[in-house]
Amino acid sequence: MSTTLKPAPVSVASIPLTHGHLPRGAEILVGVVAAAAAGLFPLLLGWGLVAWVIVSVILFIVGLTVWSAIVETRRSATDRMVTALVWTAFGIALVPLVSLLWTVVSKGVPAINSTFLSYSAFRTSLDQPIGIYHAIVGTLVITLCAVVISVPIGIFAAIYLVEYGKGNRLARGITFLVDVMTGIPSIVAGLFAFSMFTAFFGAGYRAGIGGAVALSLLMIPIVVRSTEEMLRLVPDDLREAAYALGTPKWRTITKVVLRTSLGGIITGVTLATARIIGETAPLLLIAGLTTRTNVNPFEGFMTTLPVFIYSQFQKGTAADFELAWGTALVLVIIVLLLNIVARVIGKIFAPKTGR
Amino acid sequence: MAKSITVDDLDIYYGDFLAVQGVNMTIKARSVTAFIGPSGCGKSTMLRSLNRMHEVIPGARVEGKVMVDGQSLYDNAVDPVAVRRQIGMVFQRPNPFPTMSIYENVLAGNRLNAKKMKKAEADEIVERSLKGANLWNEVKDRLGKPGMGLSGGQQQRLCIARAIAVEPQVLLMDEPCSALDPISTSAIEDLIHELKSDYTIVIVTHNMQQAARVSDETGFFNLKAAGQPGQLVEFNNTQKMFANPDNESTEAYISGRFG
Amino acid sequence: MATLAGVFIFLTIEGVPGFFQEEQFYKGAGNFWGYVDHLLFGTVLAATIALIVAVPLAFGIALVVSHYAPKWIAGPVAYVIDLLAAVPSVVFGLWGINLFAPKMVPIYDWLNAHLGWLPFFEGPVNPVGTTILTAGLVLAIMILPIITAISREVFTQTPVLHEEAALALGATRWEMIRLAVFPYAKSGMVSAVMLGLGRALGETMAVAMVLSGGGGISFNLIASSNPTSIAANIASQYKENTPGTLHVLIATGLVLFLVTFLVNFAARWIVAGNDRKMAR
Repeated sequence: MSTTLKPAPVSVASIPLTHGHLPRGAEILVGVVAAAAAGLFPLLLGWGLVAWVIVSVILFIVGLTVWSAIVETRRSATDRMVTALVWTAFGIALVPLVSLLWTVVSKGVPAINSTFLSYSAFRTSLDQPIGIYHAIVGTLVITLCAVVISVPIGIFAAIYLVEYGKGNRLARGITFLVDVMTGIPSIVAGLFAFSMFTAFFGAGYRAGIGGAVALSLLMIPIVVRSTEEMLRLVPDDLREAAYALGTPKWRTITKVVLRTSLGGIITGVTLATARIIGETAPLLLIAGLTTRTNVNPFEGFMTTLPVFIYSQFQKGTAADFELAWGTALVLVIIVLLLNIVARVIGKIFAPKTGR
Repeated sequence: MAKSITVDDLDIYYGDFLAVQGVNMTIKARSVTAFIGPSGCGKSTMLRSLNRMHEVIPGARVEGKVMVDGQSLYDNAVDPVAVRRQIGMVFQRPNPFPTMSIYENVLAGNRLNAKKMKKAEADEIVERSLKGANLWNEVKDRLGKPGMGLSGGQQQRLCIARAIAVEPQVLLMDEPCSALDPISTSAIEDLIHELKSDYTIVIVTHNMQQAARVSDETGFFNLKAAGQPGQLVEFNNTQKMFANPDNESTEAYISGRFG
Repeated sequence: MATLAGVFIFLTIEGVPGFFQEEQFYKGAGNFWGYVDHLLFGTVLAATIALIVAVPLAFGIALVVSHYAPKWIAGPVAYVIDLLAAVPSVVFGLWGINLFAPKMVPIYDWLNAHLGWLPFFEGPVNPVGTTILTAGLVLAIMILPIITAISREVFTQTPVLHEEAALALGATRWEMIRLAVFPYAKSGMVSAVMLGLGRALGETMAVAMVLSGGGGISFNLIASSNPTSIAANIASQYKENTPGTLHVLIATGLVLFLVTFLVNFAARWIVAGNDRKMAR
């Protein structure tokens, strides 16, 4: 066979390992030049800071690419340009996201005081301080109801999918429906709960339970998905070991499979809770708006934190906005805590590997 | 076009961890050099530092010199991309690009350098490389099919074809047969023999018989002691190494007393 | 699992009458389609703006985190992005109306002055910045973390084997990404975008808060009369409470549901097709 191997052209051997190379710190040099050149515009034309930054970045990218294309190869020029572009995208995107977090914290902190968390927004006298107690209670009650509804349904559906319905038609149908349900817009879920309760209890029925139903509609697919994933992670060896000991299937599932994947399931449920606790739209439709504290999900309007933020926004005065920011901070902190809790649980229950 | 490699007092680090220490050797052009030694002694690390693939791992770095025909690989002005272009590499597990056809897999390296290639020119490169890798007869009728559809041994030969398509000066092979069955292994070994006339080949292997079969020279790597960095214990002509090694521990390893 | 069927049935029962209400409920438009078409247009327009802005940025961040940045930056940034993906939409809306929209007004002025010949920037500029462009941008910022989180995941899952194969052939970092990372991550990237699109289409609160809707179909992105979106329209109109209006709103919800359903379906289809190709 080696006879068929033509000797490669000699020219290849002479490709040098080195070629022109930008000096170390070329990026910094181009950056400074670009910033300085762009700085002429604000001086001459009176542009603002934003325009200056934009022009600098553009000059930087173009400058670096052209320089690299002249001194180095076309390929390293492309590489440098993409690197610059990618980092630019990173920078652009971080600005609003950081601004958002910063605003929530800086505007939210002043609004929070001792009465903010312990009073409702219902005034019995004019000088009484108002707070978000009612909304916190509402959020807790509705979220709890939603969790109670969706966790059993979600987990059982997942168990069915993984343990019983491997690959049969019903299971595939359910998987498909769950996928589709993941994409339901929250407002549509709200409309569903609304029209269902209208159909059963007559027009104008509004209560916390309706909100809980709408939220669980959003939560079930997330729970099913994450539970399914966790159950699939349980190795078949473990199941077979249990069967080999003569354990019936349902006991294998409860004692072996569920116990092994418990941590992952709890993490999934917590993350799903964090996701729905901030939902506004469905609750706006079905749970109503009130300034009083209501702990009965089956009767009367109930306000949650996100809905309260929205209503404050609609009122629109500066004082109302201050309350809204405070509420937003509380909400973000709750979401953050749930996320951290989920991570910690995930860590604690993670299957012990190695030593 | 094949070139010799001189390694001069090379230390290889992962972060602060010194993995391989004080390596000196000369790898001859147009010959097969094998690295053998127990697991974890730095053979693969050593190999990867010969085409600057080592530094792909975050924190990894080297101290010392690697010279290819008098040109130091680790000079500031040297572009690692150009180094890898000329020192090809074949990995432990076959890794053709999953989304590409056999044809495109062979050309992947060439496409990087020349965007527009004439069809005839491309065809010629593909045919030459696949013939060079002893794969042409098996795949010439299905060049448009995905590379992942081949058997493990064929995939590995496809990877070799991909590496020689850019006409490198040196070919590094990191345990190229460890994931293959005996028949594919022997096909690859035959191929190594043929490639030797055009390329400088460095191969890492766990299999001492393989080293004895394919290589002209052999380097034996070992840890100084548990927890110590790896080092080159002996570098010698393969026949001499397997018949009458200079070093005691080489003999112990080759005769199967450890490792 | 009857739930999904249930959703559809109830929406149909309550929504179908919405297609045939008396004219008064359609706010001047003669029939249902006359009413819903500009809402649909607004929905799609806002979501399109959001995607155009968010997708390149999201892939950029994901690449930085997965392949460019050193570990000590990548770790915390990935964590913050995950966290932002969980921030409730109403908070984004609050930020959008309170901070972002006013900041955009000078930029709109500039766009109008310099690019006014484009139909998009025809003006007159909305003095408070509550335009469809603002809404689109806020949506972009909202879906950014989601798209980033998913695409980062698939980027980091690229087998090292393929990356090294590309590097060993003498690829630069960008060529390695094109050769090894993108082909591998393609289906994940598509589904990330589709998921983002689905979110953007169905997003209610941020749009309702940021956008002062009420206009007809118009590509003028910075003026005061904007088409609003279906979801935002439901949120702002639901209080009117007469059965006629409610039926109409539910019918629009049905339309939205179908649109998002189609988007999701398309996404799954593309992903499934790609997986099949990879498996061969």
